[in-house]
Amino acid sequence: MDCEPKHLIEFSTLLRDEKTFDLLVDLTAVDHGNDADIRFTVVLHLYSLIHKAYLRVQVNCPDNDSPVLPSISSVFPAANWHERETFDMFGIHFSEHPNLKRILMWDDYPYYPLRKEFPLAGIEVPLPADDVSEVTGADVDPAPMMGGPFVSSGTGRLSQSEPRAKDESWTETSEKPL
Amino acid sequence: MSKTVTEVQIGDIGSQAASHMDSERMSLNVGPSHPTTHGVLRLMMELDGDLITRCEPVLGYLHRGDEKIAENMTYNQFVPYTDRLDYLAPLANNVAYAITVEKLAGVTLPERCEAIRVLICEMARISSHLLGMGVFGMDAGAWTPFMYTFTEREKLYTLFEELTGARFTTSFTRIGGVARDIPDGWLTKVEKFVDELPKAIDEVEKLLTRNRIFLDRTEGIGTISAEDAIAYGITGPNLRASGVDLDLRKDKPYSGYEKYEFDVPIGTKGDCYDRYLIRIEEVRQSILIIKQVIATMPGGLWYADDAKKIFAPPKDKIMSSMEELIQNFMIVTEGPQVPPGQIYFEAENPKGALGFYLVSKGGGVPYRLKIRAPSFCNLSILEKLVPGHMLSDITVILGSLDFVMGECDR
Repeated sequence: MDCEPKHLIEFSTLLRDEKTFDLLVDLTAVDHGNDADIRFTVVLHLYSLIHKAYLRVQVNCPDNDSPVLPSISSVFPAANWHERETFDMFGIHFSEHPNLKRILMWDDYPYYPLRKEFPLAGIEVPLPADDVSEVTGADVDPAPMMGGPFVSSGTGRLSQSEPRAKDESWTETSEKPL
Repeated sequence: MSKTVTEVQIGDIGSQAASHMDSERMSLNVGPSHPTTHGVLRLMMELDGDLITRCEPVLGYLHRGDEKIAENMTYNQFVPYTDRLDYLAPLANNVAYAITVEKLAGVTLPERCEAIRVLICEMARISSHLLGMGVFGMDAGAWTPFMYTFTEREKLYTLFEELTGARFTTSFTRIGGVARDIPDGWLTKVEKFVDELPKAIDEVEKLLTRNRIFLDRTEGIGTISAEDAIAYGITGPNLRASGVDLDLRKDKPYSGYEKYEFDVPIGTKGDCYDRYLIRIEEVRQSILIIKQVIATMPGGLWYADDAKKIFAPPKDKIMSSMEELIQNFMIVTEGPQVPPGQIYFEAENPKGALGFYLVSKGGGVPYRLKIRAPSFCNLSILEKLVPGHMLSDITVILGSLDFVMGECDR
């Protein structure tokens, strides 16, 4: 079932109160890629305890560059964390959300990992955050995401970039250098 | 009458202390690495004396990006990653994932395969609940039940090892079947195990169910009302403890669950004690299901023979026949071929409803795979549930919710 963004709150209230779809089981998004006309679709799955049936509601985000949707966490408290996760992974903002911040990644993380342009091997980001270093004075190098042993090179063909021991000096025939 | 000097002083100190208690709140950080949190959950709390006034869970310490990884590999390659979601019941995760893809691909499985899957799902449920109960007892201060439940889990792991080759990360299902048929004599061993299990459960019950200290610590603590449980999307034993009759094995039967008779225990109060009772009873019901499956185990194949583009044929056929060799080669290199479309499937896992939302654009790689983790949803109520409880109740509440961070953070 499709829904217009502006009717989302109204529609989900109706589904909850009159159509008995009162259990929000899932809320997530799909990225259709950089060049798609409508890039992000938010997908809700509702379950009705009385009808014993699922209902899928799809909402297309109007703006591809800064997608915004109304938050339904006032209708379904369960949506609170799901919306935070969708924001964290796709960068879709939910207006009127009580506490919209990252949930799985850390607060200062600059990317949205589940967008299609984000590479599988990740992008190196300094850690810890600047404000932490300021207080602790600790000089910590970011953990390497590429180049170390058993770490993906992140480039080239799939067979070359898959995680494996990259240290050529340490093989079956020559021992590990001390 | 004039007040003595000492009286005035005492009064002053008292009122100072009272205003002190009103205004000064202590913030306390629990975790991310703390035995109470059963993994890497972090709680930022605000305390008024011993009373918790605010609680904010912080997640993500075990985030591995499973959903991103899934978009970059074939369907079968993702099976080992499902082991690492709820790592206390990997077999149930394998089954839930395989059924999702099969539903989209339109594969129908032979009866034997479905029966094997029901069997391993229920064994995984027992394994997970045994740990949940044991650790919950430990959280409430009772060490001994944990030893009983872990002894039984050890036997289960031995059975898993014989079936799948691995004790912990089983990766047993393939899209369109399971990895191998049941070994000879294995069912007899399972039957022996489930015959002996009730004795161990009774021992645990003797130690906990009417234990005064355990009752004092769990009764009336962490009460979730049915309305709240539904509003926050709680599923599984935690939802049923609140008195909501939702068991997907009964309501949306999959993998042939409709053939077996079992009861769904429902709680009345929704407190920590109810959640413990539900788990105990679910283990007993799982034993009943396992016995029925063993008694009616159908013969035949353990994979969908007609799904030529989904399931790689057994090794002996690959080695002797050209057609099967090509079929195997295509499935290994290209992945099982799934038509374009989208599907959402939920299975009743030990922790709750584990859902997979799969979007396919054709080919052997998912376009988008969302994992709906029951632990993630079950934890979202903490912000509302915890305030108003004492600090010492935290261990019991977290223990009774029985979550796994591997699944929560994905």
